[in-house]
Amino acid sequence: MRRVKIGGLLCLLAFAVIFPLVFSNSAITSIAVFTLLYAGAATGWNIFSGYTGYFSLGHAVFYGVGAYTLALLCRDWNVASGYTPFLLFPLSGLLAGLFAIPLGWIALRVRKHVFVVVTIALFFIMQLLAYNLHGITNGSAGIVLPFPGDWGDTFFNLPFYYVGLLLLLLALAVSWRIRHSKYGLGLLAIRDDEDRALGLGVKTGSFKLSAYVLSAVLVGMSGALYAYFVGEVYPQFVFDPVFDVTVVMIVLLGGFGTLSGPIIGAVLLVPLQQVITIEFGASSLDLIAYGALFLLILLFLPEGIVPSLQTIWISWKASRTKAVRANGAASQDHAVLAERREV
Amino acid sequence: MRVFVSLRLVRRGGTVVLILEAVVLGILSGGVYALMASGLTLVFGVMEIINIAQGIFVIAGAYVSYALQQQFHLDLFVGLLITMPVMFLFGLGVEWLFIRRIKRDRVTLSILVTYAVALVIEGVLGYIFTTDLVQLHAWYVDASVQIGNFYLPYVYLFAFALSVVLLTGLYLLLYRTPFGRSLRASMQNRTAAALLGINVSRVQAITFGLGVALAAAGGMAYGATNTFNPSSSYDLISRLLVIIVLGGMGSFWGALIGSVLMLVIGDVTAVLWSPVWSSTAFFALLVVLLMFRPQGLLGWSEGRRQ
Repeated sequence: MRRVKIGGLLCLLAFAVIFPLVFSNSAITSIAVFTLLYAGAATGWNIFSGYTGYFSLGHAVFYGVGAYTLALLCRDWNVASGYTPFLLFPLSGLLAGLFAIPLGWIALRVRKHVFVVVTIALFFIMQLLAYNLHGITNGSAGIVLPFPGDWGDTFFNLPFYYVGLLLLLLALAVSWRIRHSKYGLGLLAIRDDEDRALGLGVKTGSFKLSAYVLSAVLVGMSGALYAYFVGEVYPQFVFDPVFDVTVVMIVLLGGFGTLSGPIIGAVLLVPLQQVITIEFGASSLDLIAYGALFLLILLFLPEGIVPSLQTIWISWKASRTKAVRANGAASQDHAVLAERREV
Repeated sequence: MRVFVSLRLVRRGGTVVLILEAVVLGILSGGVYALMASGLTLVFGVMEIINIAQGIFVIAGAYVSYALQQQFHLDLFVGLLITMPVMFLFGLGVEWLFIRRIKRDRVTLSILVTYAVALVIEGVLGYIFTTDLVQLHAWYVDASVQIGNFYLPYVYLFAFALSVVLLTGLYLLLYRTPFGRSLRASMQNRTAAALLGINVSRVQAITFGLGVALAAAGGMAYGATNTFNPSSSYDLISRLLVIIVLGGMGSFWGALIGSVLMLVIGDVTAVLWSPVWSSTAFFALLVVLLMFRPQGLLGWSEGRRQ
């Protein structure tokens, strides 16, 4: 079973690696870059919000900080175009992480409900600063990044694609490592019952803050990728409330607090969103289409795809072995819980 | 992009006078924000949902007033007699269609559901009315009363009077009627209220409708004092959320105090510093307050359990 799983994952990875070589149309690879970018950001968001149950609706702050850091470094250090800006991504992530320390410290003083609203409020404060600190951000005029290079039509998206894939793999590795560690168990305990977790010796304060900072670093690097790919940063596009909601929707669609959920959600949702933007972006109809899409997900799949499939799979397996087990119902519940922890 | 509308005041005199004007203006427009914020905070208190669509409900109310005025030449305040019931019913519909379907994780999912509803409404409004900025007009919007050295458009006074009337009505409804008692009981403990024979889901639906109707009334006043388009809702909802966090989520009085504080501080900052920074001082105040009193000015201490 385990060997099948690993083989399947390797096949998926191989598919992801050769995908842009097979479908080399630049329209398709550009959608693929956005998909990887959002999958990485959603995986990062999931490390904090998915594992601890604290919904952050302010991670666009770190996306924006990451994007602006790259843009400013490129401008002030006169970074040449080409591959060098990719090497600055870790710095962008680091700065986003530094911003996350005070913001997280303030926001995490309150419990779940109010936390959501406080993150939104902090987001708007940072957006306001991005608009108004002309000296640093150049206000609503934005900053232009160096043009990557004369890479040609079909090759142009490839470096972004593979860097996006690397970022996603990094986020996934971090997420996997946390999930299978004592630290991750502590985060999940916070999600289930924070007071009890505290009573059992989980240092809830530092656990939450460190997860918050870690997820900010990953989201910040996605922001840097966005900035270099699109080539310019504006406050309204990198400090964007729609980014927050999109990331949350991706994770909810795929499966909240699961490893594979953010990727599945991104693969399904982001291409659809890109197509909607391209088709209806000129009128207000794209907003109606987004809203309707989000409502459908929320009302019909609030559990997410991965947990729903798991429940179906486990109850199917249980129904086959029910005849053998006397206390089927009880052990089935345990099996559901145990397997959910795994994925 | 944020739109800052000039205060349309003729400014004379020294800084002190300017500050005084800003305070008066802040209190008057704070009353209007109190209308919108009280609906938001009540809905949170009773239903445990955060209604991100409140901003777009305000704008929708403004557009209904606009349409009534353009099509039937109704006076803005008379038009409210149609706008508010229509928006109340609209709120009932939204509650029944979407909010009631949320069974678990109400707070978090409600944010996303109402955000999606807001996107749809924003799209529809943009489709019907385009995204051009408009403003409501009437004689009292364009004429001003002279107080001492400065001129204040009548509409600020009328809108404040409207807020006082509606908020007094809301207060009486909350504290002097059987429905208000049911509402406050549902706020304190939903299960216990249901056990006492209160139809909690009906109370919730009506509360949501009331919240939307109040937002629509606020929207008329907002539309008469500012230019607006469908995306003005983002600026509004960010302010409203900050107001109810500052006042304490679920607290009626907190919403009133928060609204007036926000607008007064904002207008004074605009005079002393620059209109671009008008929200900053208030935001800074919020951050400082949250460090010492995370539950807000008048919030419950530990926040209620899910």
